[in-house]
Amino acid sequence: MTEITTFESAEQRISQLYLEYFTRLNEEAPDFLRKDRDQAIKAFQRMGIPDRRNENYKYTDLTKLFAQENFHRAFTPTSFDFDMQEVFTCDVPEFDTHLLFHVNGWYFNQNQTDQFPKGTIIKSMKKALLEDAALVSQYYGKIADASGDSMVALNSAFAQDGIFIYIPDHVIIEKPIQIINLLRSEEDLYVTQRNLVLVGKNAQVKLMFCDHTLAVYSYIANYLTEVHMAEDAVVDIYGIQNQHNGTAYLNGLFVRQERNSQLITNTISLHGGITRNHLQVDLHGEHANAALYGLSLTDKDQHCDNFTSIVHAQPDCHSNQIFKNVLDDNSTGAFTGRIHVMPGAKKTEAYQRNNSVLLTKAAKMSTKPQLVIDNDDVKCSHGATVGQINEEALFYLQTRGINEKEARLMLMFAFAHEVLSNIRVEPLRQSIDRLVNKRLRGEISRCHDCKLECIR
Amino acid sequence: MLIIKDLHASVEGKEILRGINLTINAGEVHAIMGPNGSGKSTLANVLAGNTNYEVTKGEVTFNGKDLLSLSADVRAKEGLFLSFQYPVEIPGVSMINFLKTAVNESRKYHQLKELSAGDFLKVMREKKEMVQIDSQLTNRSVNEGFSGGEKKKNEIFQMAMLEPKLAILDETDSGLDIDALRIVANGVNLLKKPDNATIVVTHYQRLLDYIVPDFVHVLFKGQIVKSAGKELVFELEEKGYDWIKKELGE
Repeated sequence: MTEITTFESAEQRISQLYLEYFTRLNEEAPDFLRKDRDQAIKAFQRMGIPDRRNENYKYTDLTKLFAQENFHRAFTPTSFDFDMQEVFTCDVPEFDTHLLFHVNGWYFNQNQTDQFPKGTIIKSMKKALLEDAALVSQYYGKIADASGDSMVALNSAFAQDGIFIYIPDHVIIEKPIQIINLLRSEEDLYVTQRNLVLVGKNAQVKLMFCDHTLAVYSYIANYLTEVHMAEDAVVDIYGIQNQHNGTAYLNGLFVRQERNSQLITNTISLHGGITRNHLQVDLHGEHANAALYGLSLTDKDQHCDNFTSIVHAQPDCHSNQIFKNVLDDNSTGAFTGRIHVMPGAKKTEAYQRNNSVLLTKAAKMSTKPQLVIDNDDVKCSHGATVGQINEEALFYLQTRGINEKEARLMLMFAFAHEVLSNIRVEPLRQSIDRLVNKRLRGEISRCHDCKLECIR
Repeated sequence: MLIIKDLHASVEGKEILRGINLTINAGEVHAIMGPNGSGKSTLANVLAGNTNYEVTKGEVTFNGKDLLSLSADVRAKEGLFLSFQYPVEIPGVSMINFLKTAVNESRKYHQLKELSAGDFLKVMREKKEMVQIDSQLTNRSVNEGFSGGEKKKNEIFQMAMLEPKLAILDETDSGLDIDALRIVANGVNLLKKPDNATIVVTHYQRLLDYIVPDFVHVLFKGQIVKSAGKELVFELEEKGYDWIKKELGE
């Protein structure tokens, strides 16, 4: 029997957890990480769990979630006696990728035999912290600032594992690297995952993160990925979230781009309970280019918040954001798009658009552009629309013999398509097209052919 | 084919159609003319099943079926086609996917086998040639970025693909240059068969130089106030709509 302690607040409970596990967390950890963790937990204690008064969390109040949870922490890797390929078959078929797994935030390397170009490192973060400490310490925690965001702080304090990817200069990884993050347990679980991706000069890589739940328990998943792109690097990041309604998904993606680097991100939130995608891009070198796309499909009581922040620190950079939401039933959505053009960032081009379709009167969307422009030589635009399905278009399709249900689906799919068309890996684009189509038809009860019925 | 009896319809509480009576048989071309605001487009939309218009009285029989009880898509599957005055742009819906869905929905309704991708493309090529539509247009989203003329040609192309029993052309000539008008009219004439019928709704006589009607009706204030043969077109052209108004003592 576990002793039940009552804490006055979630902050206290979490601080206590940190103290309890401090030794285990810091076993074998390099010095810099211990220091980082200590600073992070102090920052968390100072800031607390964000509520609506926090401008950045205005649309996603986390206090209720954290007040109610007393989930088990995945402080140790979950042991498995099954073959991953047997339990989990990805619904992106015949799609050739380098396949990697995480289970409950822990890197799970099973029969991984893929060959990568010389010098490339793809391994568990825990292992990298031991074996490549000199390299990792130069970049770890350098973009995601624990002192400014509670969820970053929590991740930084508790993270133990994740993936470390290092692509040397001039290396091109042809096949996408697919990272499947699974949640599977016998009880409610809080999971932390920390990833670091270093892409060298003129190097190229495509990353695909697939987030799933494989059990009916409740989850809080606090994931954080930092990506450093050196000069002329080209990186595609595709995120596909397909988790059950009992999942709170707090996902951070922090990218720093040097000169001439090209970034595309595509954040597809297909299914999840509470979702917050925090995307931050620092355009840190001239002529860097970032394109951020996002699509969220919500129904029932789901909530999806896309929070973006683009910092134009250098001249001649270009950023473009298109985020779309389709909201059904009582679901809620939010988009906050921050663009900061720094004083020296002349000839900046920064565009942003958020379009949402509400399918019911009860669905609700909040959208907020935030442009801070400290420079007069810029082209910036932002736009937001919240509307219903275009009735004229619906009638037009019906007069051609297409029934109302099908016509509505065609229009919703068309609406989503603008985002999906930016996926540069053709088989992936087709597969996601199919998934989105299925989701819009309400046919996703399980997103993949896993043997567990976990959607609830 | 189509029997309209005492049809009344209103939009936002305002009565636009005030007792339309009209019978159309297979093989016939009817022109419905009239000044702006007389109810021409309302009639076309009511027949096609636009729910923004409320039918308050009357009945419409289409090939023996109660047309007004059918939803817009079933009316289309039963063989009714509306060529829009303002075709709607639908970004993201590809022409091919749209047409394939439309054609196959109709085939399913008539218990025919769906067309294979190959057969569909073959039919599409034939019809494209028939109505002289730019080949590239079918690679785009429905009407998106099409010029006025391209949109109207696209309507006729869809008509060719769907082979309706009754086509209603709502102001198909508006905004068309003379070359496009000829192409559109030519397409309509090529699609004419003894077992189908056409209603040409227009304000002007020009389109009727190319699509020659068997019957001409003048719509005024929601009623058909005059019906005659094609000679009425010339009379209207000569005397204008004021002549009708005068005759009616307006």
